[in-house]
Amino acid sequence: MPGLLIKNAFVIDPLSGVKGEVMDIAIRDGKIVEDVPSGAEIIDVRGCLTLPGGIDSHSHVCGTKVNFGRYMSPEDMRAGRTARKGVMHVTSGYSVPTTFGNSYRYSTMGYTTILEGAMAPLEARHTHEEFTATPHQDMLANTLFDGNWSIMDAVREKDVKRAAAVVAWTLAAVKGFAIKLTNPGGTEAWGWGGDMSSVHDTVPNFDVSPAEIISTMIKANELLNLPHSVHLHCNNLGVPGNYRTTLNTIGLAPDLNKERQSLYLTHVQFHSYGGTTWRDICSKSEDITMAINSRPHVVMDMGQIMFGRTTTMTADGPMEFKLYKLHHNKWSNHDVELETGSGIIPVYYSRKSLVNCVMWAIGLELALLTKNPWQCLLSTDSPNGAPFVKYPEIIALLMSRKFRENERKMIDQRTEHFVPLFAIDRELDWYEIAVMTRAGQAKALGLTRIGKGYLSPGAEADVAIYPIKPGEIDPSVDYQQVVAGFSRTLHTIKRGRVVARDGEVVVEGANSTIWSRAHVPPEYDMGKDPEFIKKFEQYYTVRMNNYPVQDVYLPRGIRIETEASL
Amino acid sequence: MKIEDVVCSFCGCLCDDLVVEVDGTRVVSVENGCTLANEKFLGDHRLKTPIRRSGNSWTKISYEEAIAETAAILLDADRPLLYGWSGTFGEAQSIGVHLAEILGAVIDNTSTVCHGPSILAIQEVGHPGCTLGQVKNRADVVVYWGANPVDAHPRHMSRYTTYCDGFFRKDAFKERKVIVVDVRETESSNIADEFMKVNPGGDYAVLSALRAIVRGKGDIIPARVEGVSREQLFRVADICKSAKFGAFFFGVGLTMAPGKNKNIRNAIELTEELSRHTKFTISPMRGHWNVYGSNEVFTWISGYPYAVDFARGIAFYNPGETTSVDILKREECDACLVVASDPGAHFPKACAEHLARIPTIQIDPHVNVTTHLAHIQIPVAVAGIDAEGTAYRMDGVPIRTRKLFQGSYPDDLVVLEKLYAIVKEAKG
Repeated sequence: MPGLLIKNAFVIDPLSGVKGEVMDIAIRDGKIVEDVPSGAEIIDVRGCLTLPGGIDSHSHVCGTKVNFGRYMSPEDMRAGRTARKGVMHVTSGYSVPTTFGNSYRYSTMGYTTILEGAMAPLEARHTHEEFTATPHQDMLANTLFDGNWSIMDAVREKDVKRAAAVVAWTLAAVKGFAIKLTNPGGTEAWGWGGDMSSVHDTVPNFDVSPAEIISTMIKANELLNLPHSVHLHCNNLGVPGNYRTTLNTIGLAPDLNKERQSLYLTHVQFHSYGGTTWRDICSKSEDITMAINSRPHVVMDMGQIMFGRTTTMTADGPMEFKLYKLHHNKWSNHDVELETGSGIIPVYYSRKSLVNCVMWAIGLELALLTKNPWQCLLSTDSPNGAPFVKYPEIIALLMSRKFRENERKMIDQRTEHFVPLFAIDRELDWYEIAVMTRAGQAKALGLTRIGKGYLSPGAEADVAIYPIKPGEIDPSVDYQQVVAGFSRTLHTIKRGRVVARDGEVVVEGANSTIWSRAHVPPEYDMGKDPEFIKKFEQYYTVRMNNYPVQDVYLPRGIRIETEASL
Repeated sequence: MKIEDVVCSFCGCLCDDLVVEVDGTRVVSVENGCTLANEKFLGDHRLKTPIRRSGNSWTKISYEEAIAETAAILLDADRPLLYGWSGTFGEAQSIGVHLAEILGAVIDNTSTVCHGPSILAIQEVGHPGCTLGQVKNRADVVVYWGANPVDAHPRHMSRYTTYCDGFFRKDAFKERKVIVVDVRETESSNIADEFMKVNPGGDYAVLSALRAIVRGKGDIIPARVEGVSREQLFRVADICKSAKFGAFFFGVGLTMAPGKNKNIRNAIELTEELSRHTKFTISPMRGHWNVYGSNEVFTWISGYPYAVDFARGIAFYNPGETTSVDILKREECDACLVVASDPGAHFPKACAEHLARIPTIQIDPHVNVTTHLAHIQIPVAVAGIDAEGTAYRMDGVPIRTRKLFQGSYPDDLVVLEKLYAIVKEAKG
């Protein structure tokens, strides 16, 4: 293969320190290289915006609850269907697209790597089956430990090393990437219909608090030297006044890692509410961002909501039931033995709802008030805040005060009394958007070590070229062009191969699944630990031998190996 | 050779603790299995080679010939139906959906004559459920409604509910109340703490009465509701409300009784109502070992759990129209591929007659009723015995079945991939 040369690219590559230069990018054997021999295929992109492939660090695309979201929602399936065409399979679904739907739509938006936000270990095999059926993106799975009995036992015994050993065994068994805590302790309490109302509540029967679980897991994560930090969905999601819980949680995070954050907070919009009821809910984005700005070792993603129909789905089972009691739509719940929970309900975020307007404003405020874009990544917690196809609109809102002012006229007129959004002048630039949609994710997830998120020689050749000429448009005025440009790449290149062009998917694709394997000393091998084995023999309904996800489920696995400091 | 932790590919319990002794390509003994499992592992009624009907007799043919003719029949059909799928593993089901997509066929699984109405109810109101281990470790009340696990899911009670000790239920049999609701006494009702006998067709009214009581509107309940006394209704409602963790299981006795999906909707809404007072969950007792897997696989590829029609190029779903029974009854279907199920034994007579009139091809290890309607049958390896792949337990937990020995039969995946390759080549 003589390779591929992208000529005249307007490159923004924050991790390589490139802030907008017209240059050529040479690609060979799936990697970025210094140059390619003559005879290479040439794509002249004539000054169009060229970024590393997009990385979504928190999205719900594959696995048990995602598929149940499809299963229970034929109305959503009808709302987004396309026919078989060329190499593209049939797709269905708007807020919860089928695996092909997710993959094709992400591809046409220039996204090449996706992290599934929540995988229950017991049901990991399902997530991996869908990963394999998602052709274009490299996939990673956050692995749920929030209600894990072995973890809570170790936390109670103040045994961080044992907690680390449980994580190491489990990630290796289920081929997971990182530690996810969803409403820590709350999912176990939900096994009895309860919940946690603060980080200092006590989990029934286990005598531990969410704060203890979070603190122990942050330390355990660093003992294992995992690529990513603890990935946390805080307690009290969606509850007026919950910003205090979030601030308390941020206060728990020590600074333990020089390379990246020590704590990643996900969909923080849902955790930044003031007030006491739905009647006086207000934005506390200023308090939250003040805390984030003073703690460079904490990173968050927005969890932006956008108006319209979507489906909420999370491991946070008790929260979904609360939400159901507000919406009276349909409700699914799925608790997972010894591990976690989950819930799903469809929602409609309305411009006529003051609460929804406040939520919408908070997400944008988080991004605009966080000084360092590396600390606030763009997300909707897809599909919870909105399906990911809304990202281009969010980018445009962040880049254009005029767009925000136009939106202001369309929403509940009382909104401005509850949020600071309309007093914020800041407009993000192309560089900041590049950080918030790929470079920041690569750094936060620890994926630069496998060549993700940048475009200098040696990197994976994942490239997104958008039909946007940064010198020729003013994003603060021409925001509709920003929306259109980020919705459809000219070319999306995955591992050196053009996979989508002008909104059309052009190849079948063959993705990889990225997972973490932390090597622990033999005395920390939980596979030989009598107490750990007993949990399988007595309490799980699946035999320990049948629990691990076999290699056959990862036909193109990429294993990130670490040595634990135990 | 003894193999441990073998997964049973019979019912939706997907027990994974069997010990199977194998001698060459023969199963010698099965430990831990129920009578159904023993029959599955030890039974031997396999068809030896592919066969084609010629008049009133059968001709042995090669796999290549059988697959080529099957492809030709499907390619020639205007309205092909690909039915079954619940008795094979996920990887084969996946090829099935892609085959339907490329052919513009209808693909449907056995849910269509089983828990299809349950799915319709879930699509209306959702499904508050859990994995079976939650029930095992926590439940102090278990309700079986229109289900007879002793006969149909023989180890359900010993592995997951009535007799199974769990972390918070150290002496399950004493600590757990079992309520059985049915139209007749069964082996299961005989061991219940409370048996509520409902008039046939009366389930919906009884569920409504329970919902009213749980909601605090008990004063409107008459002396008897469909054969159940007011006193018993209050007693059952009280047991459920005062449970710490209640688990409701329902079978086809509720799903296929008059009212169908409306019964299930009512049961789910009762569960939702109880969830406002305590912890309660509800789960269907799925029949085939991997019927839930067929729902899952169909859904992540096409968006819908069964009855998917690709004739328009997109995936179209309209149960009542795109369901197998309806397509066959309208005599719309002009070729049918049956994989890993036995519609001849389970479909209405008119549908079976139509299957006999059109070219029906069956991919199945065994001679069954459908064999007698089929034009071609292609025998394959048995998933869980001499083939392996992914299965989804009735609660959605995915488990990989094991291959106990290398036999001489190709498995479903191998046959379907060959079929798919021919069809794809022809369709370009």
